[in-house]
Amino acid sequence: MGMEGIGARVTRKEDKRFITGRGRYTDDMTVPGMAHAGFVRSPHAHAKIKNIDIKAAAAKPGVIKILTGAELAADGIGNLICGWMIHSKDGSPMNMGAYPALAQEVVRHVGQPVAVVVAETAAQARDAADAVALDWEELPAVTDAVKAMESGAPQLHPEAKNNLIYDWEIGESDAADSAIAGAAHVTKLDITNNRLIPNAIEPRAALGVYDPAEEHYTLWTTSQNPHVARLVMSAFYNVAPEHKLRVIAPDVGGGFGSKIYIYPEEIVCLWASKRSGVPVKWVADRSESFMSDAHGRDHVTHAELAFDADNKMVALKVDTIANFGAYMSLFSSCVPTYLYATLLSGQYVIPAIHCNVRAVYTNTVPVDAYRGAGRPEATYVLERLVETAARELGVSPAELRRKNFITEFPYQTPVIMNYDAGGYEASLDAAMKAADYEGFAARRADAEKRGKRRGIGMSCYIEACGIAPSQAVGSLGAGVGLWESAEVRVNPVGTIEVLTGSHSHGQSHETTFAQLVSDRLGIPVDNVSIVHGDTDKVQFGMGTYGSRSGAVGMSAIAKALDKVETKVRTIAAHLLEASEADVEIADGEVRIAGTDKKLGWHEVCLAAYTAHNLPADLEPGLKEGAFYDPTNFTFPAGCYICEVEIDPDTGKTEIVQFVAADDFGRLINPMVVEGQVHGGVAQGVGQALFEGCVYDPENGQLISATYNDYSMPRAGDLPSFDVSTTETLCPGNPLGMKGCGEAGAIGSPPAVINAITDALGNNDLTMPATPQKVWQLAQGAAG
Amino acid sequence: MYETTYHRPGSVAEAASLFSSTGDAAYFSGGHTLLPTMKARLAAPANLIDLRNIPDLKGIQASGDSVTIGAATTHAEVAASNDVAGAIAPLAALAGSIGDPAVRHVGTMGGSVANNDPAADYPAAVLALAGTVHTNKREIAADDYFTGLFSTALEEGEIVTKVAFKVPETSGYAKFRNPASRYPMAGVFVAKHKDGSVRVAVTGAGNDGVFRWNAAEEALSGNFSADALKGLSVDASGIMSDIHGSAPYRAHLVGVMAGRAVANLGTLTMD
Repeated sequence: MGMEGIGARVTRKEDKRFITGRGRYTDDMTVPGMAHAGFVRSPHAHAKIKNIDIKAAAAKPGVIKILTGAELAADGIGNLICGWMIHSKDGSPMNMGAYPALAQEVVRHVGQPVAVVVAETAAQARDAADAVALDWEELPAVTDAVKAMESGAPQLHPEAKNNLIYDWEIGESDAADSAIAGAAHVTKLDITNNRLIPNAIEPRAALGVYDPAEEHYTLWTTSQNPHVARLVMSAFYNVAPEHKLRVIAPDVGGGFGSKIYIYPEEIVCLWASKRSGVPVKWVADRSESFMSDAHGRDHVTHAELAFDADNKMVALKVDTIANFGAYMSLFSSCVPTYLYATLLSGQYVIPAIHCNVRAVYTNTVPVDAYRGAGRPEATYVLERLVETAARELGVSPAELRRKNFITEFPYQTPVIMNYDAGGYEASLDAAMKAADYEGFAARRADAEKRGKRRGIGMSCYIEACGIAPSQAVGSLGAGVGLWESAEVRVNPVGTIEVLTGSHSHGQSHETTFAQLVSDRLGIPVDNVSIVHGDTDKVQFGMGTYGSRSGAVGMSAIAKALDKVETKVRTIAAHLLEASEADVEIADGEVRIAGTDKKLGWHEVCLAAYTAHNLPADLEPGLKEGAFYDPTNFTFPAGCYICEVEIDPDTGKTEIVQFVAADDFGRLINPMVVEGQVHGGVAQGVGQALFEGCVYDPENGQLISATYNDYSMPRAGDLPSFDVSTTETLCPGNPLGMKGCGEAGAIGSPPAVINAITDALGNNDLTMPATPQKVWQLAQGAAG
Repeated sequence: MYETTYHRPGSVAEAASLFSSTGDAAYFSGGHTLLPTMKARLAAPANLIDLRNIPDLKGIQASGDSVTIGAATTHAEVAASNDVAGAIAPLAALAGSIGDPAVRHVGTMGGSVANNDPAADYPAAVLALAGTVHTNKREIAADDYFTGLFSTALEEGEIVTKVAFKVPETSGYAKFRNPASRYPMAGVFVAKHKDGSVRVAVTGAGNDGVFRWNAAEEALSGNFSADALKGLSVDASGIMSDIHGSAPYRAHLVGVMAGRAVANLGTLTMD
């Protein structure tokens, strides 16, 4: 079964239903008596709610119930939580303002839900929501995090003076300062990491069903982690008791982090189903997605990287202001801290690192993890600094990196992380060879003849995936453990169901997880079904984000398979009168080594269930479960090289070459990995060239609120990527895997911007590098 | 979207009569502006009168001097028409560059011209090719037809039936697309007519919608080459400014696109 095992390019089992339009998404779910929710949303960025008059709305056709924050509070529905406690450097806990699912007294961003209408049709719900009369007292708004910290700025929450959520640091400030003071060269940059809007192709949706006879709740929802949703809904939001709540996340059309969080709308749908006595469905339209899905990134940073006379890095000092939006989203607090500052050592030996992060409230949509989550921001800071330093020092960007690479493992950085394995020179060499780095000068000369400006840029990224172990993240403030569970159910005929706490919303788990089973047991992937996304089927799990499902989720499956194999050996040894140590499981057979004695895989499975002839004391059946808690993060890394041509007359940037050389450890399915890199790079190019969330700084209105104004990358904007991998195995998990889901989005933005600034000979460029900005730089003006 | 009643008349007379009898009606001929506006609940006509299935509004006729396109002809039909391509190749290419395939199979000539979106492609062609807009009441010369942002010489209830384009000696269209919407941020249609006159029409950039760039026309009349445009620029005071491009940037793009249109006659040049 090597054709379908680990390392095989098995075509995706899930594609039959997806490409024939037979996927089953939350909006496809229909239950008898179902009604629809329409949300009344704030048109203001900051305002007091003076009065809500529902009389006219209640008289509209089809209206069943209208609920506001007052009813929510009366029912004791809890405020939304932030699941990771961060303490400021003075020891004080983060300053968190109340975040109710329906606004009470004050709204703090455009689009915040204020009330919900339950009506017979979705159109009636929208019509009636428009008829809810609100009396507002508008308040001044602030959308920029730097301005929000200034004295006299509008104040969002009484708990957060000067809108400051926390002022956190990591590393040794004095050591970094003294190394910078004594350095031969210091490169300084002011860097903005632009705010992004996630744009999963399937908008968020929820269907809440309350069964009064059983006092039981069911929630279908677009979630990356349905078990976490159930836990939070019951333990913190008081919507339903955990054992009376089933959460189902069926097919989900993309998440990128934005579907990790438990949002106001799904809480309200479930609560409203009990309050109104009917099942309640809500499906976001795209406009609602723009102003209610958690946004990503939005950092302003000053950074300094110091070198000695031999061009060795001696210190890095980083000061970052992170815009959190109007409320603290579920995991927002850990993104610019433990997922950002801990990665600032990159692939380099930097003896002293210090990072200070101030998290700030503004009148914008809450910000949380988005593909990469903190790691793209860290990579962008460091890789722009390194490329800039090479230009200032007059040395090759590649050789400056090579000179500073970490080459011995394990390597303890000054910012918590202990890198377990890596081969950074191998990635660099592979990328430079694939890009014909040496031939660039000739290509640039040719471009100049055609009136184009050509540039090349590099980015050597590192990321930390599979956040773990649970005890360690707990000590850093996490409110959850970050293990994963698996259960392997072997049926009497030998087919298998694997129940996993991971959740696939584009990651191809139904294929890759089956490949692991096929590899271990020698049965076809078609005989393996992957079950996920339903809290009634899978007992518990932590879900899918942070490139964790391979390294953590599959490791749990491997651990459960170990137990299955052990029992199979026991049964087979008994049936074939041999030693357990001699039992081999391969090619769909269970064999005794060195003999011709064997049984079919299905025969041993059947024997486990007939239980006619089992060893004494052995339980019948064949089903094993495992919880796997990793010993460390994993550390995927790689080198990306981007080459651009710029039309100086229009400022249009064309990416003429993009090379990705990644080290993801062991690959289960190279085709799926390549797909992840392609998608990640497209998203990273999107951030670098196209995507920019724009708020009106005066009134807090979202200007980039539709695709007319928010630029998404299209296939035609991208070249055919050159994707390859090198391999150092991760020693921390049984499969040697590192994770590949976010790398493309992490590594690519600095490569693109380094290429453009190289082409223009001007480093004063912010993302997205729109044609107008690039044209301005090409004209010699500041961008 | 608010509730609306959809009508599908079979003749222009029936459409006009529905418009006046129903009250609170809007003509619909592709809907690429109207439908999103209705979905955003910014417009709520009680009646939608779909003009796309009226046989009299369909079809393409080409003679040596003119190309006439029925108002309900889709962009895809214009793009695929050998008659159009043979007479005015950049016009067919322009139609083939609007939106995406789904848009081109639904959107129509009449819908675009009647709506006069400041970022639409067709108005530039109508103006540069000295077009005549035929309605159910009269004929209107292009120079008199486009009167401002989303506004035309059409009267309440008047229906565009066809648009006649003058076949030029040569022409070209160049546009720079908005990175988000892909509508032109600056689209310039340049035509040299058989009588020697030159018309240069600019879309996507003007505060008041499509306009003729007179200085460029004069320069090209003396010397019909891209060199003649060097040093010329449109006045940025009448040019749109938004998050994608300032007025000076768009004004600059107009000059660049005009030069590219002249340098690439007979085709569409698109960035």
